[in-house]
Amino acid sequence: MEATETKMIPIYIMGKRYEVPEGLTIMKAMEYAGYQYIRGCGCRGGICGACGTIYRKPGDYKIYSALACQTAAEPDMYLTQLPFFPANHVPSNYAELEGVPEDIYKLYPELFRCVACNACSKICPMDVPVMDVIAYIKRGDIEKAAFEAFDCIQCGLCTSRCFAEAPQFHIMQLARRIYGGKLAPKAKHNAEAAQAVREGKFDAMLNQLMSMSTEEIKKEYIEREIEPETAGDDWKPKDAKWLIEEFLR
Amino acid sequence: MKLSYLPGCTLKTKAQDLDLSTVAAMEALDVELEELPRWNCCGTVFSFADDDLMHQIAPVRNLIRAQEQGGDKLVTVCSFCFNTLKRASLLVKENSDKLDTLNTFMDEEEDYTGNINVVHLLEVLRDEVGWDQIEGKVQNPLKDLKVAAYYGCTLHRPKEAAIEPPNKLEALNDLITALGATPVDFPDMTTCCGSYQAVANPEIVINRTREILSSAKESGAEMIAVSCPLCECNLRENQKELGELRMPIIYFTQLLALALGVDPHLHQCEKNPADARSFLESKGLLAACTAAE
Amino acid sequence: MKKINPKKTDFIRKVKEISGQNIGLCYQCGTCSGACPNFAESDILPRQLMRRAQLGMEQDVLQSKLPWVCASCLSCTALCPRGIDIAKVMEAVRLLSLRENIDYVNPRELSEETIAKLPQIALISSFRKHTA
Ligand code: SF4
Ligand code: SF4
Ligand code: FES
Repeated sequence: MEATETKMIPIYIMGKRYEVPEGLTIMKAMEYAGYQYIRGCGCRGGICGACGTIYRKPGDYKIYSALACQTAAEPDMYLTQLPFFPANHVPSNYAELEGVPEDIYKLYPELFRCVACNACSKICPMDVPVMDVIAYIKRGDIEKAAFEAFDCIQCGLCTSRCFAEAPQFHIMQLARRIYGGKLAPKAKHNAEAAQAVREGKFDAMLNQLMSMSTEEIKKEYIEREIEPETAGDDWKPKDAKWLIEEFLR
Repeated sequence: MKLSYLPGCTLKTKAQDLDLSTVAAMEALDVELEELPRWNCCGTVFSFADDDLMHQIAPVRNLIRAQEQGGDKLVTVCSFCFNTLKRASLLVKENSDKLDTLNTFMDEEEDYTGNINVVHLLEVLRDEVGWDQIEGKVQNPLKDLKVAAYYGCTLHRPKEAAIEPPNKLEALNDLITALGATPVDFPDMTTCCGSYQAVANPEIVINRTREILSSAKESGAEMIAVSCPLCECNLRENQKELGELRMPIIYFTQLLALALGVDPHLHQCEKNPADARSFLESKGLLAACTAAE
Repeated sequence: MKKINPKKTDFIRKVKEISGQNIGLCYQCGTCSGACPNFAESDILPRQLMRRAQLGMEQDVLQSKLPWVCASCLSCTALCPRGIDIAKVMEAVRLLSLRENIDYVNPRELSEETIAKLPQIALISSFRKHTA
C-alpha cells in the first residue's frame, strides 16, 4: 500500500525556516519542527489564552495574530509566539469596590491615555473590540464594557500593542468582575439553591452517595440515564426525584 | 430637525445633568439630537504639535462615525469635545496630506471625506432655532435672575474654531436674555479656570476660581452659567474654601430647560455648597418644573 | 567670526518644526506675558521664554516651569500682535521633554481622591499634555 504523500509547506519560526506538513495548527507545526512547549500552551482548545501568536505574510505590511492551538499554519507565515506580555495587575479589595467607574479609574488611571488608535482591536485573536471597550469604560458604561469584553481570554496581545501603555485585559477583567458581582441583577434561582444547600436539603442525597461502595457507585454511573443529544428544553429524566426543582419544592 | 450628537465621556458620568438637560431642552424646541451609535473619547484637548497625527486619530474617528450616520453636522455641548473635534475637522479640511495619512492609518474605517461641520449647541440655538423662537417658547421666564455668562477658553479660542468672532461675546448673553433672565456685565467671560491644571497644579485652579468668582460677585451675578464640565467642576470644587464668594454654577442647558418648562435635571447640584436647586427654589423658579415632574 | 553653535540651531529648528511657528517674529512686546493667567506660578514670563528660545538657550527653556503651568488657554496666542501661536511653542517645549520619555505627571501617583473627584476630561487632558 502506498502512503499518500503529505504536502510540506515552509513556515518561519522566529526567523528560521522549517518545512512542516500542511494542515497542522501552528502549535502542532511548531512541535513538528522540534519545539517543546513548557509555557505558551495550555488548554489546546482556544480558551486559556496561553498561545498568542503574531505573524506576518509576505508582501503585506499588516501584523496578524492567532491562537497557535486554533489556527492552521499557512505557507510562508513569519511568526513568533507572544505567550506572555508584561502587564501590571493592580490588586484591589473587591469587597470595598463600590461598583462605580471610579473603582476602575483609581486602579488604572492610565486608561485615560488611550488615543483610539484601535491597534488593540485589530490584533485581538478573539475579535474583542478592545478600543470600544476602553471607550465605554472612559464614559463609565461598565455594563456595556463587560458585555463587549466577554470573549477576552487574557492572551495579552492587545496590551503588547497599546500606545497608551495600558493593560487593557486587566482593566476589562475588572470591569467584568464589577459588573458581575456588583451591578448585574442577581439570579434569584441561584440564591434559592444556595439557601437550600445551607438548609441541608441536599444532605440526605449526599449521605446516600457517601454510604455506597465503589462498586455500587460504578454501577449507578454506568446505568445512568443519559440525556439524548436531540433532547429539547423540556426533557426530563424518568427518575425525576434528583432534580433540583424537587429539592427546592 | 434631527442632528447627530456626540455627548462625550464626562456627560455620561459626572456631567450627566448637562447631557440630560440638553436632550430634554432640545426636544422641547423640536430638535432631535441623535446620539452617535458608536463613538470614542475625542481626546479632550487638541494636539498643537504640527508633526503629531497620533492624537488626531480620536477626533477624526468620531467625524467618520458622524459621516456614517449620514448627516453633515455634528453637535457637541461639552466645550472640550467641541474645541477638539472642531479643530481636528478644520485641520484635516485644510491639509489633505494629513487627512490622507490618517485615512491610510485607519484602514479599518471608511475614509473621512472632510465634510462634517462640528457645531456647538449654542450655535444650533442661535442659527437653527433662533433667539426669538426660543423666547416664544419660554413657559417659565427666569425673571429677576442675574446670570454671569462664562464661556471659558474653548468656545472662543482660537478664533478659527470659535462660535463667534473675538470680542463679540453675545451668544450666551442673548440666550440668557431670551430666557427672561438678566445677563450681568462680566469682564471674565473668557478667563481660563485653570483647566487640566486641576490635576498637576491645583493651586492654579484655586487662584483662577477666586478671581472669576470675585469678578462675578462684583458684577452683581447670582449664578454662573457654563458649558464646560471642567469649568463647572473647577469653579464648584474650589469655592468650598471661598466663603462669601460662593455661588451656584449651572449649565446653560439647565437654565434653558427650566425656562422652557421641562425637567432641568438639577440632580448633581448638591455637590456645590452653593446649591443651584435651593437657590432657584428660593427664587420661586422651580415651581413650574416641579409641577411638570 | 565666531561660528554658530550647531546645537543651538538644532534646538531652534526642532521648536519651529514641532510648533510650526516662526519664533523669530517675536519682537518682545510682552503682550503674551500680560495675557497669561498663570504667570505668577511660573519662573519666567512667556515673553522671556520666547526670547530664550530665539537665542537657542535650550536648557533654560526646557527647565522653565512655564510650559508645565501653561493650561493651553490660548490667551497669549489670541493677542500676539505678530501672529505667533505661542501656545504651540509651549507644546513644542513640552514635547521635547515628553518625547525623551520624561513624564511631568505620573498617573499612578495621583491620589485616589483626585482621580475620583475630577471629571474624565481633566484627567485625559492632563495626561495628554503631561505624559509621554
Ligand atoms: S482582548 Fe486582549 S487579552 Fe483579551 S483576547 Fe483580545 S487581545 Fe487577548
Ligand atoms: S491600543 Fe491602547 S491606545 Fe490604542 S485604542 Fe487600544 S487601548 Fe487605546
Ligand atoms: S493553548 Fe489555550 S488558547 Fe491556545
